[in-house]
Amino acid sequence: MAGTGTPLLSAAGLLEEKRAGGGLLRDPVVLVSTGIIVLLVVIAVFAPFIATANPDSSNILAVNEAPSAAHLLGTDSLGRDLFSRLVYGARLSLLGPALIVCISSAAGTVLALAAAWFGGFFDQMVSRAADVLFAFPGIIFAIVAVSVFGRGLVAPVIALAIAATPYVLRVTRSVALRQRRLPYVAACYVEGVPAWRIGLRHLLPNVAPIILVQATLAFGYALVTLAAISYLGLGVQPPSATWGLMVATGQAAILGGHPEQSLYAGVMIVLAVVAFNLLGNRLAAHLET
Amino acid sequence: MAILHLEHLAIDLQTAGRLRRVVHDVTFRLAEGEAVGLVGESGAGKSLTSRAVIRLLPDGARVHGAILMEGRSITDMSRESLRSYRLSEVAMIFQDPRAHVNPVRRVGDFLTEALVERGEDRKKALEIVTGLLATVGIEDAERRMRQYPHELSGGLLQRVMIAAALSISPKLLLADEPTTALDVTTQSDVMVHLDAQRRGRGLAMVFVTHDLELAIAVCDRIAVLYAGHLVEDSPAAHLHEKALHPYTRGLLASRPSPTLRRERLAAIPGRPLSGLEVQEGCVFCSRCAHAQERCQKERPVLRELGDARVACHRAEELLEGGRSGGADGAEFEVRVGDRG
Amino acid sequence: MADRPVGLREPGPPPALEVEHLVKVFPGPRSAGGFLAVDDVSFCVPQGRSLAVVGESGSGKTTLARMIVGLERPSAGRIAVAGSARSWRRVSSAERKRRAREVQIVFQDPYSSLDPRQSVRRCIEEALVLHFDLDRAGRTARVEELLEQVRLDRRHADSLPKRLSGGQRQRVAIARALACAPKVVICDEAVASLDVSIQAQVLNLMSDIRNETGVSYLFISHDLAVVRQVSDDIVVMRRGRIVEAGPADRVLDAPEHPYTRRLLAAIPRPGWRPAPSQEEVGTSS
Repeated sequence: MAGTGTPLLSAAGLLEEKRAGGGLLRDPVVLVSTGIIVLLVVIAVFAPFIATANPDSSNILAVNEAPSAAHLLGTDSLGRDLFSRLVYGARLSLLGPALIVCISSAAGTVLALAAAWFGGFFDQMVSRAADVLFAFPGIIFAIVAVSVFGRGLVAPVIALAIAATPYVLRVTRSVALRQRRLPYVAACYVEGVPAWRIGLRHLLPNVAPIILVQATLAFGYALVTLAAISYLGLGVQPPSATWGLMVATGQAAILGGHPEQSLYAGVMIVLAVVAFNLLGNRLAAHLET
Repeated sequence: MAILHLEHLAIDLQTAGRLRRVVHDVTFRLAEGEAVGLVGESGAGKSLTSRAVIRLLPDGARVHGAILMEGRSITDMSRESLRSYRLSEVAMIFQDPRAHVNPVRRVGDFLTEALVERGEDRKKALEIVTGLLATVGIEDAERRMRQYPHELSGGLLQRVMIAAALSISPKLLLADEPTTALDVTTQSDVMVHLDAQRRGRGLAMVFVTHDLELAIAVCDRIAVLYAGHLVEDSPAAHLHEKALHPYTRGLLASRPSPTLRRERLAAIPGRPLSGLEVQEGCVFCSRCAHAQERCQKERPVLRELGDARVACHRAEELLEGGRSGGADGAEFEVRVGDRG
Repeated sequence: MADRPVGLREPGPPPALEVEHLVKVFPGPRSAGGFLAVDDVSFCVPQGRSLAVVGESGSGKTTLARMIVGLERPSAGRIAVAGSARSWRRVSSAERKRRAREVQIVFQDPYSSLDPRQSVRRCIEEALVLHFDLDRAGRTARVEELLEQVRLDRRHADSLPKRLSGGQRQRVAIARALACAPKVVICDEAVASLDVSIQAQVLNLMSDIRNETGVSYLFISHDLAVVRQVSDDIVVMRRGRIVEAGPADRVLDAPEHPYTRRLLAAIPRPGWRPAPSQEEVGTSS
């Protein structure tokens, strides 16, 4: 009744709060992974200035060339500049996951906040719908979508966004529910603050950190899945460059003694995914303290 | 010889990757069968001090000074002797019993655990704890022992914890806010058994609480902690008339009384400081109505004064003044502008 | 039951808060009939006065407070503020806003009753924007006035709650409640989690605020010592029912019900010894 909280560590608690903000910027893992992500984004945005050649112009006189001053990473089996393709490939390879994460985070958060606020029947409906979606792996969903709506970027992106939404929903809902039960929300209610405002101005900022963590982790997963779809030839169509597609087209050259054509793109995929996952994990760890 | 002896105990905790001192200077002796109340507000270091005695500190904590149990240093104990020390000499009761009991084991198993661990025959152990449950006022011991912790109310579970603590026949009992989470009437029910058993068995006890009146009722001596420092150690019986430290008097005066309505409560200005925030001079001087220049510069050492000890430069002076009518704490005017 | 029936309306101006035959049944077991948390509770708080509802855990006192501020819907009964009764239909946003100017609440836990991402100023301004037609300068002035009223330094206006101590946070919660200019402020164990020295400061502050603003208090508390200090009348609750009610001095000096006596006897004070509280002494009301 007259609980005094946690007497043992109350003093220590004062310090930990200070750490939460400052510690993030001093964490080497966070710095390195953020650096990689920023670099990839810069490459994608400024691709025309970084690329040394037109990524789609082929030159049958210069196929499977080794790296040289003219072609920094050599050329592929159609004589296209691999470096430039890699640089331009960053655009679609990152745009897809970004769209998936944005759509699924927005949809998941709105549904989660509404479910936490209204509770009862609405909450039940939303949660059961999410359970049903959980039953379908994202990639199967995407393949079905492609077979119905045709190949390209749009169909797999929408399908994967829908498949990712329940994950965002589940985590965000549980955090929002915990926040919803705190007295500050009750105080807002008693004060007469409209429901939409409590959701937007109070609940959302307090669940935002967890949404950010989820989005970061989901980005890596979305990138790999989209690359796989590209690799299967169901995504963006040639001659457009994505890393997944480059792995697929480079495959033929492996037997010809040029494994590096697939390898370059593969390395980019791994680099991006690892960077996003590490960042997400570290963010989650920092949030817990 | 003292059963427990703390000499200039200081504790550093690992915070934000570095060690910071939370408990600064605690010195006291506890005679056999004696009970001391460790009293203070949040951040005073009372819980940490009691946990240091059983070496239950957070990871990375560092202890300075001496903790001696019947002359043996607890800080230097090997794992093996620490184990036997915890199994036979000292027992602890916590504020939240539910956090310190395995929820999927029956009450009976929990109660006999320590005895069986010590090599007691299981049947014999059961007999012992059945008797113990009766002594803490639990009538239907047989049924209770077949139950799981969640089937027991908070007050009942805390009495089970007391029985578990007594089961090893310890010499020293550490009680960390054992009744803070309970209703007042339940608190009374639990304390009556704890108090009777302790006195009956001649157990020494360190009783950690924020409730000064409760500590006075069940302890022989009161040790008041503030910001990681022991500021007063006085016999409980005289504390109401003869509290030596201005902080102790402030605590006594600021608590409302169930029998008397005051025009205003004699609040201590400011907020309680933690051991992390200690500055130069007397730790209490920023909130003290009697602080002088000396208090801000020079940290008072704990010194004997009659049958008590106090860390205050002006203790004698104030004691005289207190006799002439200030003992009700009226000297603690509320200083507007200096707020908690 | 009491010298002056706390449950009945007196002649004169309407009371600040009036509760009649309030009942709350939570759905669920107890042989499928549900759990009766509040059972036929009536009392009134005259304007400018202070009433305490006292009880231990399970007494229904918190459910009672939540019903009065609209966080729970009563199963039956009547709640009236300043003479106007409430309806139990689904509450619209506008109705909620109207009620906010009648009753406000201060919760127990100072650490979770403020939005961690909202500064003190924004927290108080939010209430002002909702309820008063003030311009920017007017709002700033009112925020400072309220901070002054709860004796909180102006420097803290732009702090986030985590920079404040427990006592300071509770002052902010009080200022937020006062910002709506309510007729009644409910204090749900509002000082129970505070350190003793801070508790005294906040109790003094509350009595100052009553003198300055004429607001009425409904104290929900388990602590009879605190209750003596702050209330004019006392209602003692046990298992959802009122067992005793009357002026504070009468109830605490000459308790009539055995349960009230038990509560009083259990409070540590000079000369006190722990004694068995004799559970199950008289459960009738």
